[in-house]
Amino acid sequence: MSTFVFIDHIDGAITKTAGELLTIARRAGEVTAVLVGTPGDGTKAAAAINSFGANKIIAIEDSAINDHPSALVAQGLADLLLEKGATTLLIPSTARGKEIAARVAVRTNSGIITDAVDVTADSIATQSIFGGSAVVHSKVSKGIAIITVRPNSVEPESKPSTCDVEVVSPKLTPTKVLISNREPAKRGGRPELTEASIVVSGGRGTNGDFAPVEALADLLGAAVGASRAATDAGWYPHSHQVGQTGKTVSPSLYIACGISGAIQHRAGMQTSKVIVAINKDPEAPIFEVTDFGVVGDLFAVLPQATSAIAARKG
Amino acid sequence: MKIAVCVKQVPDSWAEKKLNASTKLIDRESVDAVLNDLDEYAVESALQIVEANGGAEAGHTVTLISMGPERATEALRKGLSMGADDAVLVSDVALAGSDALATSLILAKVIQRINPDLILCGTESTDARMSVIPSMLSERLELPQLSFAGEVNVSADQVSIKRVTDEGVDSMNSPMPVIVSVIEKINEPRYPSFKGIMAAKKKKIEVLSLVDLGVSAAEVGGAGAWSLVNDFNEQAARSAGVKVTDEGAGGTALSEFLAEKRLA
Ligand SMILES: Cc1cc2nc3c(=O)[nH]c(=O)nc-3n(C[C@H](O)[C@H](O)[C@H](O)COP(=O)(O)OP(=O)(O)OC[C@H]3O[C@@H](n4cnc5c(N)ncnc54)[C@H](O)[C@@H]3O)c2cc1C
Repeated sequence: MSTFVFIDHIDGAITKTAGELLTIARRAGEVTAVLVGTPGDGTKAAAAINSFGANKIIAIEDSAINDHPSALVAQGLADLLLEKGATTLLIPSTARGKEIAARVAVRTNSGIITDAVDVTADSIATQSIFGGSAVVHSKVSKGIAIITVRPNSVEPESKPSTCDVEVVSPKLTPTKVLISNREPAKRGGRPELTEASIVVSGGRGTNGDFAPVEALADLLGAAVGASRAATDAGWYPHSHQVGQTGKTVSPSLYIACGISGAIQHRAGMQTSKVIVAINKDPEAPIFEVTDFGVVGDLFAVLPQATSAIAARKG
Repeated sequence: MKIAVCVKQVPDSWAEKKLNASTKLIDRESVDAVLNDLDEYAVESALQIVEANGGAEAGHTVTLISMGPERATEALRKGLSMGADDAVLVSDVALAGSDALATSLILAKVIQRINPDLILCGTESTDARMSVIPSMLSERLELPQLSFAGEVNVSADQVSIKRVTDEGVDSMNSPMPVIVSVIEKINEPRYPSFKGIMAAKKKKIEVLSLVDLGVSAAEVGGAGAWSLVNDFNEQAARSAGVKVTDEGAGGTALSEFLAEKRLA
């Protein structure tokens, strides 16, 4: 067994998911953490990676790596995995992570399993499919087991280690794609949707006014989600969409406000631990999956709930 | 310009999907099959690109490419009735149970055969939801890829897109041939007109087998699968819990529920 974890990071600051993947990978024994970035990123990330018990840290560094989409990252990563004889690779199941994983699978002629919510010591992946209505266990049968793992799948457990960073700078062949302009998303102060332990979402019922949704989210330290009706209307960016063609979230608490609960929306939130909904329509399908439902106007119920919680918090 | 659009027939996203106990694959018999909703955006993009560049008169064509059972011709007819010119379907019993590696291998063979300038894909299929085919095609064909396009423009031999992801919006471009995947916010797919539906009946769908593509049965399908399902189990449906009607204290009741669950 030779387990590798692809470390997601922004300029050397590792994401929460990186810690989760290292925690899962440790079950199989020795873990090699691989980070791909610009020169210096490996050193910057080392302490954080060492807090999750990595046995080896390899940084693939190239000063132009950020000027290219996933193709270059996949090149460097695939060559390294083949050279080191990796048997398993865990990658975060994000849009970019899946692109890299798909490319590495072809480059190394390996099988790929996406959207795992758990992985055993012998690389059997658990997937929760069809909005949580079935749980599947699968295994890669050819090449390296390439498994993308959803954020928030496990609680990251720290374990100190002290390895140095091995920096490699392979020669990567650039593609013909050029990035001419970048508009980074405004992060705001809220947690990332798929990483958040509480999500408050708004739908068509907000009529474009997300203020009460955001007020409760901020009080609870939650991320803000949206239904497709709300993102289609341009009330919230697509990156906040929850559901079949948006994000799959599995927080401890999901609060749906003015969302009817169409099957495609439920596909993205049904595995949340506790589900709460506020909807004017007592027949709304969302109430079929809620632990606590309030039939009422969100513009009355949300502010009242928010001030009651604020009062209790003191 | 020759445009190819990769499309897939999938179970209707409004239906409850299930796995078949013996094959451990999606049960496709028990639900309505439709053209993957997300591929409709790719078909619409192709048609709009043709229209923006002089139309069919200028020699631009749109070919749909798919892999699936014979029945997938129904989904192809939908794309043809929207306005695509013709279609290629790879259908072979040996393809049953193919995974993404096999699917990308087959689609790449067809693309090599028709040699398009631009290859369009949806971001993912609504059944498997892996979102890996466009990147796999890019690797297999050694062609550049522009993914998650919320806007596509073609001029001369350059394609430029606005890539929309969590990280933000990136403007990027590439010379053709190139693989582009589009997101659902890019356009509003047209409904086929009556005229379009009638015309589609006469459009050509070429059906190819593995032999036609020079691929051996052992490389694909369940036999050649790169990954396998060990087992699966159905989860109990969530049951509805407490429902209160707001008569002035709904918000307070909600806050009490959260306090009791130690969630707020
Ligand atoms: C292929 C495909 C993929 C899709 N993917 C997604 C996806 O990823 N995510 C997604 O969300 N949808 C998705 N959809 C769309 C989905 O089918 C629904 O159309 C969508 O979820 C509806 O959003 P909504 O619940 O906000 O709007 P509606 O269905 O219009 O519901 C609005 C709800 O708000 C309630 N309401 C109105 N006013 C108030 C008020 N003042 N207070 C309280 N309640 C109020 C109403 O009673 C109603 O139940 C997809 C559809 C397809 C075909």
